[in-house]
Amino acid sequence: MTQPTSEPPSSQTIERLTREAVDELSKLGTYEELETWRVAYLGRRGRLTLLLRGLSGLDIDERRLVGSLANEAKGTLEQNLERRSAEIDGAELATSASQDKLDVTLPGRTTPVGRLHPTTQIVREICGVFSDLGFSVVEGPEVEWDHYNFEMLNIPRGHPARDMWNTLWVDYQNEAGEQPMLLRTHTSPMQARVMESSRPPIRVVVPGKCYRYEATDATHEWHFYQVEGLAVDEGITFADLKGTLYEFARRLFGEDRKVRFRCDYFPFVEPGVDMSIDCFACEGEGDGCRICRDSGWIEIMGAGMVHPKVLAGVGYDPEKYTGFAFGLGPERIAMLKYGIEDIRLFYANDLRFLRQF
Amino acid sequence: MKVPLSWLRDYVDVNLPAKDLAHRLTMAGVEVGEVLATGGWSGCFVGQVLAVRPHPQADRLSLCQVTTGTEQMEVVCGAPNVATDQKICFAKVGANLLNTHTGKHETLKAAKIRGVESQGMICSELELGLGEDHSGIIVLPEDAPLGTPLDEYLGDTVLDLEVTPNRLDCFSILGVAHEVAALTGQVVREPDGYYAEEGGPITDDISISVADPDLCYRYTASLISGVTIGPSPQWLQDRLTKAGFRPINNVVDVTNFVMLEYNQPLHAFDYDLLKDKTIIVRRAKVGETLVTLDGIERKLSDRVLVIADSNDPIGIGGVIGGANSEISGSTTRVLLESATFDGYNNRETAQELRLRTEATLRFEKGLRSELALIALRRATKLIQESAGGRISAGIIDVFTGQPQETQKVTLTAERLNRVLGMEFGAETVDRVLNSLGFSTHRAGPDKVEVDVPYWRNDINIEEDLIEEVVRIAGYDSVPTTALSTPIPSQRPDSGRKLGETVKDELAATGLQEVINYPLVSLEDLQKAEWPTNSGETLRLSNSLNVSEEWLRPTLRPSLLGTLAANQGHGEGPFRLFEVGRVFLAQANDLPDERQVVAGILAGQRSEASWLESSGALDFFDAKGVVEALLERLGVSVQYEPEESPFFHPGRCAVIKAENADGATLGYVGEVHTLVADKFDLRPRPVSFFEISLDQLLQAIPDTARHFSQISRFPAATRDLALVLPGNVTAAAVEGIINRHRMVVRAELFDIYSGENVEPGTKSLAYHVYFQANDRTLTTEEVNRSLQGLLRSLEQELGASLRG
Ligand SMILES: [Zn+2]
Repeated sequence: MTQPTSEPPSSQTIERLTREAVDELSKLGTYEELETWRVAYLGRRGRLTLLLRGLSGLDIDERRLVGSLANEAKGTLEQNLERRSAEIDGAELATSASQDKLDVTLPGRTTPVGRLHPTTQIVREICGVFSDLGFSVVEGPEVEWDHYNFEMLNIPRGHPARDMWNTLWVDYQNEAGEQPMLLRTHTSPMQARVMESSRPPIRVVVPGKCYRYEATDATHEWHFYQVEGLAVDEGITFADLKGTLYEFARRLFGEDRKVRFRCDYFPFVEPGVDMSIDCFACEGEGDGCRICRDSGWIEIMGAGMVHPKVLAGVGYDPEKYTGFAFGLGPERIAMLKYGIEDIRLFYANDLRFLRQF
Repeated sequence: MKVPLSWLRDYVDVNLPAKDLAHRLTMAGVEVGEVLATGGWSGCFVGQVLAVRPHPQADRLSLCQVTTGTEQMEVVCGAPNVATDQKICFAKVGANLLNTHTGKHETLKAAKIRGVESQGMICSELELGLGEDHSGIIVLPEDAPLGTPLDEYLGDTVLDLEVTPNRLDCFSILGVAHEVAALTGQVVREPDGYYAEEGGPITDDISISVADPDLCYRYTASLISGVTIGPSPQWLQDRLTKAGFRPINNVVDVTNFVMLEYNQPLHAFDYDLLKDKTIIVRRAKVGETLVTLDGIERKLSDRVLVIADSNDPIGIGGVIGGANSEISGSTTRVLLESATFDGYNNRETAQELRLRTEATLRFEKGLRSELALIALRRATKLIQESAGGRISAGIIDVFTGQPQETQKVTLTAERLNRVLGMEFGAETVDRVLNSLGFSTHRAGPDKVEVDVPYWRNDINIEEDLIEEVVRIAGYDSVPTTALSTPIPSQRPDSGRKLGETVKDELAATGLQEVINYPLVSLEDLQKAEWPTNSGETLRLSNSLNVSEEWLRPTLRPSLLGTLAANQGHGEGPFRLFEVGRVFLAQANDLPDERQVVAGILAGQRSEASWLESSGALDFFDAKGVVEALLERLGVSVQYEPEESPFFHPGRCAVIKAENADGATLGYVGEVHTLVADKFDLRPRPVSFFEISLDQLLQAIPDTARHFSQISRFPAATRDLALVLPGNVTAAAVEGIINRHRMVVRAELFDIYSGENVEPGTKSLAYHVYFQANDRTLTTEEVNRSLQGLLRSLEQELGASLRG
């Protein structure tokens, strides 16, 4: 390191000093060396500082010229110092980083992940679509009276259509010696309950558990969910039923889904409807398809115009009011959407199943 | 209901492929579940046996000369019924048939049987897949055209209908024919019911009365004398076989045939077995029994309608006949019954006797009484044709009620349009209704009166006719429109909403939702220490699984069961919850259905990790979940120690709301070791919480959350290590700290007992934060406040600073 001297300031000396300093700087490799260099040139007793102090011995014009050159040189040295310092930073970081490198493929610290049951998820999705269409979501009792589950729905005692619903009865006898308490076989009893407790206009969907006295297999459960729907007002038509359910199918299954309505029978509607969508397993081809049993169509919903007897039963004038009702099975829809082949998986609560949703 | 197309074609032309027909029927509400084809017998023809001689090497075999009209072959046949001149089903070498020895379809080869080459085979039902009978060959009618491919002659297509309970008419081939006619623009050909009456007046030979007209609306009968009982003609047997019925004899087969044709069940009695030439239709007398045709002796109650002679029941009306009057090989006189019974009683009887028959399937749905006479005549004619004999003059017709008027329903254009949201012209309406067999009388362009034909019992109101019009015109003809009526105001269901929120919060906290069946066994309730003798629990009267027949009054056994079922799949963590209903019996009312959330935590806190070892989930994990949930809902609670047999002693807290009068919201605790043992739970401890959502709903503050000022001034922290008597709870300490002025927060960061702490005492250490909203507290202020706090703790709890 050159010792500070009191050279006479001139453009030549400034130029030489600058060259020497920059040259020297380029060879330095540590922060300590940089600091020594800074003190040697730019410190209070550094060479450039001293040189600037010598300016006072020059005449006014030369002082101005050399002074500006000296200031320029100071700037140059400072810039070079900064650059060199950054270079050393980068090099040091690179060294230390290579030592502190993480294996970013290692698993992270565990945070428990919870999930909703697939039935909860699909029921919400279904209710969400109807909610957007102006339907309120309400629930009703799972243990029901024969009165609401059957009689108010135009299925009196002894009606052969009762065979459509194998019923689990509660061990309870009323004073007349009848057994009128049961586990609801569908969510439809809420049709009468909702209508009894309010006046039109009505638009509700009712999700909930239902029960049947049936042996289980891959496509039948004795315990399952339904989502019931009901819209009643003056001027509601079969065309509205078709439009509403079509819109539902498009929103739930996508714009391209084809929808088919055909005649079907439920005692509490007339005319009765079965709605199917085209099979997504075989794209509606049908032949040899297990999912749609060769038909190309998958039934997803029963529906129809509310039977005048049902309306009259709750004190609504069937001459004035019309309405439609529908019911669908969320598990079935989840099975179609997720490719689940056995409905019994839903309520076996095997975590290896539930964790997939 | 099986509908062979060959049979259907007797009444209506079918000129479209079976698959298309099936589709149209399905769309119109008569669902075709399956289209079954019989046939596929390439290489099989109608053949004729020219000569039969014994096989030289085998007694039981014969050698037959067979012709197909163009070829003659020699065939070895083992059937005992083969005979010269028979028309038979002949399979040539190369035909594809079921090999009855291997059970597989194989190509028929020429084979030497006991030294004689057989150049083909005469087939039984079994080889052709037409039935199970392998005891003899099929003998075809004499008029079977020689050389016709068997596919053409015997092949058929059967529509297997899934008939809905309203469409009784579609349990008959004629009913389906009317449907097909309407859908394809064809006309139905009604069968012939005409016959010549050659015998004496029927009234000389039988007297019939109906004693209980409320259960029998019409009873008609005819008498055929001099019949010869034997197998039915082949055409009749074929019809029945294809429709899934087993041929029995030429009288019973006719009754089944006409039932399938018209829907009307009929019954044939051996007239000579009736006592006193008398039939009385009456309720059974208490104590009466009858051995029915299925050989079972049945005790009859007075709710059962019987057909009786002067002494005893000879049949159960509309259900099944009695063995004591059964048609047998020696029968010569047949009394044929065609009646209309009450549907309700018929169904009750079938349920009481646990005996559902083809007859009850139809009667229970309420057959129209017009049908009885039509079917009686048709069957009488066919019995005479197939079994011979003379038909007595006249019939018996006991019509107990007013002769039924034709069912009439009126349809207006206004109603049709209002229900469907579209218009159908009067012409279309009339055309559709007429094509279904309804007769229409226009009372103006906008109103039509409709007579419902006798085969339909499901058309009673205007909407029924609207459905007829639109289902035949096709649902596709109805436009799709969006609802244009006003959207009703939302109905809040706060209980459901809370349940859904709780599910979201618990899932966000890392718990997996499960959904269990609501039925539990008494044993599981007892294992979970639930009181089962309080009469609060409802039981089913017809459970699927005898052990699980109780409506759960608690979620406890459900979740313990779920844990038990999953513990084999790993060490955990198991963090499960269920939001579900419990059922509590109420006097003379539906049970109280309460929504409850319960959770269970057990096993390792996290899956094995390279980062840290985790330890087992415990009480405080469960409590942490509860705390997080309640905090999110804005519910303040207190936890108080509680003892209950389900929970481990000293390890359960009752959760009480701070508002809502301190109502109990639920419990959190560790499941009692003995309970966990009874459920065979392996991971320990098992922590559990349950909260009543109804109670929780009451405890949620109904006012919106209120913002409180965040202080702009810094907080001062002091650490407070306290020594306390062992029985003082943390809640008590925190109660005092938190109520102190200037204290904004306290964090318990250490608990210690043991060495350096006197026996019977413990040490709790807190970070305590002092802060004011309007100034920075001075050191002096903080210290003064701390001293005050210490004094309170000392006086109220006997606390001292840890040295
Ligand atoms: Zn498919």
